[in-house]
Amino acid sequence: MSSSAPRPLRHTALDAVHRALGATMTDFAGWDMPLRYGSERDEHLAVRTRAGLFDLSHMGEITVTGPQAAALLNHALVGNIASVGVGRARYTMICREDGGILDDLIVYRLAEAEYMVVANASNAQVVLDALTERAAGFDAEVRDDRDNYALIAVQGPESPGILASLTDADLDGLKYYAGLPGTVAGVPALIARTGYTGEDGFELFVAPADAEKLWQALTDAGADAGLVPCGLSCRDTLRLEAGMPLYGHELTTGLTPFDAGLGRVVKFDKEGDFVGREALLAAAERAASQPPRVLVGLVAEGRRVPRAGYPVVAGGEVIGEVTSGAPSPTLGKPIAMAYVDAVHAAPGTPGVGVDIRGRHEPYEVVALPFYKRQK
Amino acid sequence: MSNPQQLRYSKEHEWLSPAEDGVATVGITEFAANALGDVVYADLPEVGTTVAAGETCGELESTKSVSDLYSPVSGEVTEVNEDVVNDPSLVNSAPFEGGWLFKVRVTEEPADLLSADEYAAETAG
Repeated sequence: MSSSAPRPLRHTALDAVHRALGATMTDFAGWDMPLRYGSERDEHLAVRTRAGLFDLSHMGEITVTGPQAAALLNHALVGNIASVGVGRARYTMICREDGGILDDLIVYRLAEAEYMVVANASNAQVVLDALTERAAGFDAEVRDDRDNYALIAVQGPESPGILASLTDADLDGLKYYAGLPGTVAGVPALIARTGYTGEDGFELFVAPADAEKLWQALTDAGADAGLVPCGLSCRDTLRLEAGMPLYGHELTTGLTPFDAGLGRVVKFDKEGDFVGREALLAAAERAASQPPRVLVGLVAEGRRVPRAGYPVVAGGEVIGEVTSGAPSPTLGKPIAMAYVDAVHAAPGTPGVGVDIRGRHEPYEVVALPFYKRQK
Repeated sequence: MSNPQQLRYSKEHEWLSPAEDGVATVGITEFAANALGDVVYADLPEVGTTVAAGETCGELESTKSVSDLYSPVSGEVTEVNEDVVNDPSLVNSAPFEGGWLFKVRVTEEPADLLSADEYAAETAG
């Protein structure tokens, strides 16, 4: 955050619920969000084995409508958004002209000429501004819908059963990365089969006024299945185990999607020009011929935890930097994602360590993700 | 949460037991354990080393952060809690009991350690 004057924290529609549950709160991108309710490790394991309930209302919803909504998004984003079917979603990115990543996004196509773009809380204004600017000349409208949605996620293997008990929507027919309008516990909701945990699960976009009712209904419906409220702390360890990037850590304006190992989201063959195309072509070539640093997984041999910014070392030289690190509840050891020089990036590369406050601790280079659910 | 009356407390959130035969036990408070979240790694001072009141003598790592451990008194470390080294979650589940960190033969005790009530006032709100 670069703002000079501290601004008052924003509160979600579920703020009173979090306080009643005794949550430890944290400032996340200007929002007062639950960090954890009890043990973050227990919350993490609940999502892996049963189900967890998250308030993600800090995420930034932007609606794009109009005859040229698809054309605008194809121009403004790096993916082929026009090819997304109605009722489906796509993971994509928005880049600068120089190819630097402004944010990673999920775009839901709600109707032929209506999309919902979901941005990270920390970047929502940047994305809104960029989309608005890039909309010039297109017959499309960009609308700030951040205050019109609360977002509740239910994630984990028990989540389909819990949700099914509260809705008539066809959840079996709802594939991963699909979304449909429906009713959950009597509340109108956009039901999306998306998430950031590496588990099956759903994200429910609802009116803020309905958020408490939906949260309570999910809490009650999930009680027997072992659903627990979960904070952002376990969300971070869940996504880390699943090898999912987090903006500000693995993704920054200083990196292109190709640098982040996510060049596949860039679609050069789509119709029309798009912002960043030329720079991204060069970045693609560079990544193929002489890759700069490569994003890898690191697993600790010891118990000391690597943190973002710690140097990765080999033979006494700095060969990279940790972008995210945490104790992994699933693996039972510390893990990290790090950018390392390509020559050290192969899984099993010997002699790699992390400089943990002056001590070089041995780490094993592994392929991402650390964890993949059994389907 | 309640802070045991017989202990004394530092502003860095360590507690100190009354000395028995000159040896006192050190741990972190429940307030500190809650603030840290799940403790996953405890780097404790080695037996035989000298610790100084108010100075760092180890580290506690939790999911989100690493925190320095300060000694509330000066003296020589006589024992470390191997149970905590093996299972750092004891710091969260029993900060005033099974989650104690180390024992120290006290040579000097600062005058400004707090009583349970003073510490509770310090951490209120």
